[in-house]
Amino acid sequence: MARTAVLGRLIWQFGTVAELVQETPKVASLILDVPGWTGHLAGQHVDVRLTADDGYQAQRSYSIASPPEDSRLAITVERLDDGEVSPYLVGEVRTGDKVELRGPIGGYFVWRGDDERPVLLVAGGSGVVPLMAMIRHRAANHLKTPTRLLYSSRSYEDIIYRAELDRLASAGDGLTVAHTLTRMQPAGWTGYARRLDSAMLAEVAWPKAQAPIVYVCGPTPMVENAASLLVEMGFDPASVKTERFGATGG
Amino acid sequence: MTAQQSDMKLDGNAIAGLLREIFSMEMTTAEGTCANCGRVHVVGEVVVYLNAPGAVVRCPSCDHVQMKIVQGRGKYWIDMSGVRCLEFSI
Repeated sequence: MARTAVLGRLIWQFGTVAELVQETPKVASLILDVPGWTGHLAGQHVDVRLTADDGYQAQRSYSIASPPEDSRLAITVERLDDGEVSPYLVGEVRTGDKVELRGPIGGYFVWRGDDERPVLLVAGGSGVVPLMAMIRHRAANHLKTPTRLLYSSRSYEDIIYRAELDRLASAGDGLTVAHTLTRMQPAGWTGYARRLDSAMLAEVAWPKAQAPIVYVCGPTPMVENAASLLVEMGFDPASVKTERFGATGG
Repeated sequence: MTAQQSDMKLDGNAIAGLLREIFSMEMTTAEGTCANCGRVHVVGEVVVYLNAPGAVVRCPSCDHVQMKIVQGRGKYWIDMSGVRCLEFSI
């Protein structure tokens, strides 16, 4: 069993939006200055809380996108039009605004980079965010851990971090990225063009004999499908870590 | 289970903050023994629903309710009768 640690009380604090990056039409990254941030692990999240003038509060969890090495904390948020929190974070918030958050939170869905095992990352939509923190952590430390990302998006325009993933995958240091576009594909698309299935996983995943550690993150149905396919393929269930975003999030 | 219910299904990662409030520890790596089926699961893997008036935690193996956590009026109500044992390092 992994060690837990006495961390003391989880405290709400304010971060200031230093930069906004529109990643896709519906997804933006908020780069935050958080005074006294104590650091985090790749894969952890923060809770974000909004308070209305009448005192009403809404709270959601967002995965941290930045690696532990960055001085600023980045979260990447998908705007859900009927959400309570995400429409504010993607569209309303401006540079210089303060955002109330607490964290880092979580210890199960983390990758420290001190593991020799090859890594398989499986993402659906904005489920790529905590996996990107792992990929950035790997790059920041010049780790050569063999790593494969299988990333499912609706369309080419919906691929979050597309240019950065292209750049990191072309470095030839053991990271490969395979995309599948489930709804719409641009002309000349050479990647996969269907929902995740066992044939796709068999092509992208490491042979089970290599005992990879697997992180699957995305909408609940996609995560459950991928995780059960991997277990059917013979992967050790204990080495398949999952994080479900639900269908909404907010 | 309807599509809508399955969409609302989350996992133990979603209550990491809530559990840390209560236990002052990182609890998603803790291991819980189901009081119904006796299987042991890491808290990160358990099934969580947040659409109830509180958090409902279910066993990923047998679907038995393991915990109910309700917060309001400056209090917590925590029913852990579905967890026989919760084990974590200090």
